[in-house]
Amino acid sequence: MSVALESRSSEVTQQKSGRFIGPWRKPYTLRAVTIGYLLWSLLPVVIAVIFSFNEGRSRIFWQGFSLRWWSQDPTDALLHDPAMLQAMRQTFTLAILTVLIVVPLGTLFAIGIDRWHGRVPRTANFGMLMTFVVPEIILGVSLYILFTNLLKGLVPLGTPAQLLGLATFQLSYPVVIVRARLLGIGPEYEEAAMDLGATPGQSIRRVLLPLLMPAIMASVALVFADVVDDFVTVQALSSEASSETLAQKIYAASRASPTPEVNAAATVMLITTLLVVGLGLLLYRRLSRGQEGTGGAGDFTSL
Amino acid sequence: MGGTLWILVLFVVPLYVVFSVAFGTVDTVFRQPVPYYAPWWWSFSTFDDTLSKFYGEGGIYQAALVRTFVYVFLASLICLVVGYAVAYYTARCAARYKGLILILLVSPLWISYLMRIYAWQGLLETNGPINFLLGPFGFRDTNWLEGMHITVILGLVYGYIPFMILPVYASLDRIQESMLEAGRDLGASGRQTFWRVTLPLSRPAILAGIVIVSLPMFGDYYTNDLLSTNPRTSMFGNLISVQREAPGGSTRMASLVLILSLIVLIPMAYYLRETRRASERDR
Repeated sequence: MSVALESRSSEVTQQKSGRFIGPWRKPYTLRAVTIGYLLWSLLPVVIAVIFSFNEGRSRIFWQGFSLRWWSQDPTDALLHDPAMLQAMRQTFTLAILTVLIVVPLGTLFAIGIDRWHGRVPRTANFGMLMTFVVPEIILGVSLYILFTNLLKGLVPLGTPAQLLGLATFQLSYPVVIVRARLLGIGPEYEEAAMDLGATPGQSIRRVLLPLLMPAIMASVALVFADVVDDFVTVQALSSEASSETLAQKIYAASRASPTPEVNAAATVMLITTLLVVGLGLLLYRRLSRGQEGTGGAGDFTSL
Repeated sequence: MGGTLWILVLFVVPLYVVFSVAFGTVDTVFRQPVPYYAPWWWSFSTFDDTLSKFYGEGGIYQAALVRTFVYVFLASLICLVVGYAVAYYTARCAARYKGLILILLVSPLWISYLMRIYAWQGLLETNGPINFLLGPFGFRDTNWLEGMHITVILGLVYGYIPFMILPVYASLDRIQESMLEAGRDLGASGRQTFWRVTLPLSRPAILAGIVIVSLPMFGDYYTNDLLSTNPRTSMFGNLISVQREAPGGSTRMASLVLILSLIVLIPMAYYLRETRRASERDR
């Protein structure tokens, strides 16, 4: 098999020896691997979404289309299950609040690191990057121990603890994104503003912030999407049923006896994240039009 | 300099949050259930006890530790081989499909990890589609979800491989074609050019990718929980998560987290150093 491929590809090389195109032989194997990989990575998700519309209880055998698990079943449907509704509410509350805390804080943090040189910002940047790469369970459990001991009574488990945990974990996203943009903009615009008589505060508010808007929008989208999908931190810091999120419900249900209701809940998560990220990308493109730098999907992937 | 002050204040707050977390691991560890706040009061008994479970005759954690290393190693290796191929194809050969493939490559990042693993759970059931497809090869009755090493390893690969593909892609995309042309002009074969030009140039990205992929794997426990309920495949993360349910498990949990932190410290330090170096180069 591989011998056959080999000889065929050398033929191709000979045919094309006059032309220069990136690779020097037709990459059949590579293409097969790539297509195979894409199918492998996305097909299961598509199947899971489709089966949320299954008529029967099964997640693997198609028993006809129905909205039973979405809305029609009076007790087991997603929209009639109070526990699921509560989980959805909790998920979105956490996502919105985290965005509100993390994005302004992260933006200022990035400006601080970038415009102010010295030992302190460098240490701060180091600490921030650390939360970026540390396994989530370490952070979650450390916070759990912190909140149940030193700060006992001060930060109750549940929404407040979850919020603080998520904010700590997510802070690095806006910092990294906004900082990348700051490096691209350079200090000239602010300097020009200050030469024209603006105070440092004014130059940041009226010149720098509008320039940073695309990066800020991108951070909003990414943080929101990531919080909706978060599981480890949220689980480590939750208290009782009322602070459980969709991710936790999916986890719990899939260990017990999952019905297509779980697929429906997962689909809700999926659609929300994709919508928010898509919207963020769109805003990012629109706002960064006319500015230097490439923008678009490339910046998202560079993370 | 009102602006500077303003930045200073709002700069110290997140700084404080980050630091309280970074040192939280160390500070809070030995305080359970009777917390000792001063370091000279620290008792190392639980920690020693936990540590002793990793070595020696009755080391009940030892198997999980070794297993974690083997799993992470194999999964990272698969990530590297498959991820490099995909990244290489996308960067070099995809031509006009590049944008589409990129979007498809990024999209798993925005689909909940839990949902993606959950999707596999259904497919892998004993009477599910995978066994149907593999039936002719003698896998008809394989129970993939009961302590199969291969399931967990592939689950880990599945979850983290995008983090390998993207940095490698970014670095391959940055290599200029003229470099490759030069290699060819100087008489190297296509294969030689790859081994002696492309691969060395993408080495930093490969190392970064391995670190980004393997670090979360060390702390992973949900892949295992969903794809195998069997203790035969439990990993370090599972040791920790089980303690959450146990009464008075906090001390044990804290010791375990501390040990895990020590394990991931070296790759983490390496990654941070490289990032800083890269950002200083960019300036």
